[in-house]
Amino acid sequence: MTSTPVRARPAGGAPDRDRVPVERSTLGRRLRGVLPHVLLGTGVVVSLFPFYWMIVMATNTTEAIYRFPPKLTLGSQLGTNVRRVLDSIDFFGSMLNTLIVACSATFLVLLVDSLAAFTFAKYRFPGRNVLFTVLLGMYLLPTQLAILPQFVLMSHIGWAGSLKALLLPPLANAFGIFWMRQYIMRAVPDELIDAARIDGCGFLRQYWHVGLPTIRPGLAFLGIYVFVNAWNDYFWPLVVLVNPDHLTLQVALAQLNTAHSTDFSMVMAGAVMAVVPLALAFVLLARNFVADATRGAVRG
Amino acid sequence: MTPGRAGGGRARAPGAATRRSLRASKEHRRRPVRSYWREYLAISPFYLVFVGFSLAPVIFTLYIAFQRWDGLGEMQFVGLDQFRFLVKDPTFWLSVWNTVVIWVLATFPMLFLALVLASAMNSRRRSVGFYRITFFVPNVTSIVAAAIFFFAIFSSQYGIVNATFHALGLPEVGWMTNPWTIRLVIAMLMTWQWTGYNALIYLAGLQAIPTELYEAARIDGANAVQIFFRITLPLLRPIILFTVIVSTVTGLQSFTEPQVLFGSNAATNPNSGGPGQAGLTMMLYFYQQAFTNNDYGYGAAIVWALCLLILAFVVINWRIVRGGDDD
Repeated sequence: MTSTPVRARPAGGAPDRDRVPVERSTLGRRLRGVLPHVLLGTGVVVSLFPFYWMIVMATNTTEAIYRFPPKLTLGSQLGTNVRRVLDSIDFFGSMLNTLIVACSATFLVLLVDSLAAFTFAKYRFPGRNVLFTVLLGMYLLPTQLAILPQFVLMSHIGWAGSLKALLLPPLANAFGIFWMRQYIMRAVPDELIDAARIDGCGFLRQYWHVGLPTIRPGLAFLGIYVFVNAWNDYFWPLVVLVNPDHLTLQVALAQLNTAHSTDFSMVMAGAVMAVVPLALAFVLLARNFVADATRGAVRG
Repeated sequence: MTPGRAGGGRARAPGAATRRSLRASKEHRRRPVRSYWREYLAISPFYLVFVGFSLAPVIFTLYIAFQRWDGLGEMQFVGLDQFRFLVKDPTFWLSVWNTVVIWVLATFPMLFLALVLASAMNSRRRSVGFYRITFFVPNVTSIVAAAIFFFAIFSSQYGIVNATFHALGLPEVGWMTNPWTIRLVIAMLMTWQWTGYNALIYLAGLQAIPTELYEAARIDGANAVQIFFRITLPLLRPIILFTVIVSTVTGLQSFTEPQVLFGSNAATNPNSGGPGQAGLTMMLYFYQQAFTNNDYGYGAAIVWALCLLILAFVVINWRIVRGGDDD
């Protein structure tokens, strides 16, 4: 416990190290310098090893992986494994379904949440605080508490089994509004809205021409958050997609695993195909995402 | 309501905002409520969905918990029978035990490792952008794929984990057959997914601690251990509280991991959650009762029990992390 976190030191405080006399042996100092690298390196290996090993398994035969000693390098069986995945599940169909759901959910959440959050952050109206407190209270209740009636409702209106059923529940996500409101309070100066009002902009044009352009980075963050969650969601699609021909990627992947759980190479090929596109897109696009995601907890 | 966030609350530039809100509040006393129709219209789409798909269902779940209902036929009011059955149902208590054990096995190592990683990142002077992205990748990976992967590496005597044990001369472990190792594997999966996320939150907290505090402490002759326990840890407390609460709320709802690993047996054995039912978490039990057995009333009772458990854990953790100071 004590050996590592003591190295906690503000990033900007570097030059002070030489001014403050610290009695340390050279060995101790060298250890202090090396230890963070070792820890971070270990963290990187643990975070990324599963991806490497997934790909190794997906490119070999199950027999080659599950013998002793196992094969640790890439093989040549990827094509075969992928073809067997495509034969067992409707991979591209379910991926298309997932894409449709994730894109629509993202678009709807951004529109609805930014409009509501903009109103909460920048306008006063009777009942505002009560309404917002109710929203925060719901944020703490487990979403699963609503699943049973949601399913009953979807069955009643005939949406069970249809992708439509996946679109509305994410909209009721209080986190989006909460985060967006915090963001807009900081990002949009009141003067800008006042100026627009004096120039004769109505409410909607204040939102559209002043609010939206200013909060584009915030929209990018919330968009990625909603998209990733919709892409990876499992419980609700599993419950509501009662038609086995019409699944999302995660449910199809779980089915592949259930049907062929010992054919590890083939199942892993499916997992790689389901995971790698999103992980790659995330690494390439999400430069600011992580900073935004963690900032919400600290300020707020 | 959201303690972790409230703790970090900070006065924002008072000038313009206050002036505006004062003026606005005077205005608002004069204007009739219906003149705010634009504002209400703007928030109405969210609240319509919110009431329809969140608030009303939560209340309806409570109502169902007092009924006997298979989702199709007539509801039959049974009072507290579902809850009476619940407290005598050994499988329910097993699922509570499994949920709590998995949560403990996952949360404490996760938050400790996250603090270690955050401190290591904070000690570096150059940019930590690469680490940030890398440590976040497990969190955007689908739990289904991760669960399949963990099953593959821990399974049988030939998985890479047992192969490594074999190479090191250690005895092989039946990871997926022993109740305790099953819970351990599920906890490790959660740790893998959430450690980086928590580390980045801690990093943001560490970077928000003013440099001057450390300088003053060092000039006063405090050593590194004293600085950590007297400055870093107390100032990080609101952030730690936030991570503990998030981990409690998400960790006690674990479902996908055991469902993907052991849910498939449900067809042959409706109560199954893996060997010894060690992977049967409360959410998985709820899913099986409600959607496999069509026992909606009992499912609703289970999910409300889970909600109360989460609430109790949040309050207990809040007390512990808050410690002696009541501000």
